[in-house]
Amino acid sequence: MSAVGQSTKFSTVFLPVLAWLVALVFFFPIFWMVLTSFKTDADAVKPEFLFMFTPTLENYMNMTDNYDYWRFAVNSVITTVFATVFTLFVGVPSAYAMAFNPGRHTKDILMWMLSTKMLPAAAVLYPMTFLTKNFLNLFDTHFLIILVLSLINLPIVIWMLFTYFKEIPKEIIEAAKMDGVSVWAEIKDIVLPLAWGGLASTALLCFIFCWNEAYWTVRLTTTDAATLSKLIEGNRAPEGLFFGRLSAVSTAAVGPIVVLGWFCQKQLVRGLTFGAVK
Amino acid sequence: MKRLRTSVMAAAVAAAVATPAFATELTIAIVNNGHMINMQKVAEAYTADTGVKLNWVSLEEGVLREQVTSDTATSGGQYDIINIGMQEAPIWGAAGWIEPLNFGASYDMDDMLPAIRNGLSHNGTLYAAPFYGESSMVMYRKDLTDAAGVSIADNDSWDNIKKAAAAIHNPDKGVYGACLRGKPGWGDNMAFITTVVNSFGGAWFDKNMKPTIDSDEWKAAINFYVDLLGNYGPPGSEGNSFNEILALYNEGKCGMWIDATIAASFLKVDGVAYAQSPNAGNPVGANWLWAWAMAVPAGSPNAEESKKFIEWATSKDYIKAVAAHPDFGWGSVPTGTRSSTYAYPEFKAVAGFAAAEMAAIESAAPEATDLKPYVGVQFAAIPEFPEVGIAVAQEMAAALSGAKSVNDALAASQAAAAAIMSEAGY
Repeated sequence: MSAVGQSTKFSTVFLPVLAWLVALVFFFPIFWMVLTSFKTDADAVKPEFLFMFTPTLENYMNMTDNYDYWRFAVNSVITTVFATVFTLFVGVPSAYAMAFNPGRHTKDILMWMLSTKMLPAAAVLYPMTFLTKNFLNLFDTHFLIILVLSLINLPIVIWMLFTYFKEIPKEIIEAAKMDGVSVWAEIKDIVLPLAWGGLASTALLCFIFCWNEAYWTVRLTTTDAATLSKLIEGNRAPEGLFFGRLSAVSTAAVGPIVVLGWFCQKQLVRGLTFGAVK
Repeated sequence: MKRLRTSVMAAAVAAAVATPAFATELTIAIVNNGHMINMQKVAEAYTADTGVKLNWVSLEEGVLREQVTSDTATSGGQYDIINIGMQEAPIWGAAGWIEPLNFGASYDMDDMLPAIRNGLSHNGTLYAAPFYGESSMVMYRKDLTDAAGVSIADNDSWDNIKKAAAAIHNPDKGVYGACLRGKPGWGDNMAFITTVVNSFGGAWFDKNMKPTIDSDEWKAAINFYVDLLGNYGPPGSEGNSFNEILALYNEGKCGMWIDATIAASFLKVDGVAYAQSPNAGNPVGANWLWAWAMAVPAGSPNAEESKKFIEWATSKDYIKAVAAHPDFGWGSVPTGTRSSTYAYPEFKAVAGFAAAEMAAIESAAPEATDLKPYVGVQFAAIPEFPEVGIAVAQEMAAALSGAKSVNDALAASQAAAAAIMSEAGY
């Protein structure tokens, strides 16, 4: 009886407290960044102004007036939206084919796709730069960034969708086939409605990954297709403590994606705990 | 629908009319530091006068190097003007990757500080024009040294520096005797460590360009560095570079800091005094030389316009323009490039460090000598140096943290450097 009481106390008191503590630890850097964004660069490094300071919008004004924030933000939106759409456009039929018509090498193909994520990006930096600049003439274009973001995220998207599609009973697909339904109608009218939750969480995760991508978006752009990652990168200074300014830029860059994640957290949690891990 | 289409077309025409037509557009890759950020504002006047539109691409130092190197080496043509440092300028100039710079008489080339000019030249030809230069010096808290009854002189001995650090070291009160770079990186801990090695009579390579990291001079220098920083530095020094130490200094936690002269303009604590870098009894002081400069990639289609902009942005007139700008003033003018800057009384009035900075820059000697058969003070101006520097930097950080003995770290450094240089054909 007492063991049951202790167990109840553990799950009702200790676990929630632990969960809150862990959440606070994870949230603290973001809180710190937002707080610092409202300090001047001088106040940002003074310990006496840790929590008590005169808030200012100076960094945000500076960001929009002098750093062309909106140009970077628009580029982020364009590349992220189109890359997500394109990835799903390719990913859905691929996952469908592998889930419902598996071949002898389907598993090998899935593993191979996943293995491409293990290649260090830096290993192909030079060929990517050289080819896109000197041969393809695609450097610093939205098209290149959309293509790169799509290719980076395609393996994970196919894996997630494959997992969701595998959940759909094969009998339903077979019944549809016997009724003479076309492949396109199978996907559109049966598979997608049944896997809608999984598709939404996959799209969301893909969107977040595209938005946050910083290695290629910084290195394959100069001005025309530069995204918010490049704006943040450009505000890191090796000589000088410009933390207020950097925090404002970082807050404005992650803000939209945090808001999106907040509204879609149910789907995100499902995507992270169900599809991606399984 | 028709009305919507008409509205969109009207808006497009209005936007096209409202947007000024620029004869030339220059894309400039810049390092993100205060002087370059200020230049973006000051250069609005240049655009107004000349009609040349300037697109600024601000990047963190490491990413800038990566992007500019790959763009220049592959003739990518993404940038019309690039920011490069003293390590790259002579190498790229010799390789023909960047254009030689020749300016009109009014530019007054002789006004440029000779050490800076030499460091950015190859065979006497300037390949990159400096917009800001720096050396290193001792920045110490005179209130603390006075209270402890010690003093620090120009070009003091390392022994006296250590004595002073010991005297002002008071960790119980949160004051550390010496704050020095320990974070691994060829431009981080190795910038400082190389100057210490130089001052002990050592060098990176011998006359055959074979590494000499296992020499007695290196052993003496590194043992001294580890001893000084290990005993009188703040905890976790192996993670500290310029910005980390700047934060500590402004919190009043550093009694002494030997680092870039530019740091003096960021210091917010009272009682700071300056001294020329120490040495170990030979004529070579432990001060470095660095400049961020502007160059034009070879084959740039806008080379002439780019050179005109560089001529303006590194001229005496530009310095006056910064001083006269309502957002800046004499305290914000780029330093370390021209003798004339240090002659302005208005500048001297706001920059208490001006004389010490100029003396430090003038005494730095980047030229190759018998002792140091390569160009550069805190680096060697050869393409292989960053790789060698990074490998050795990791070993020095390991020695500082106690993960390795100094002897083991030096042996490993020598082996790594020898392998890199041998592979490169030296």
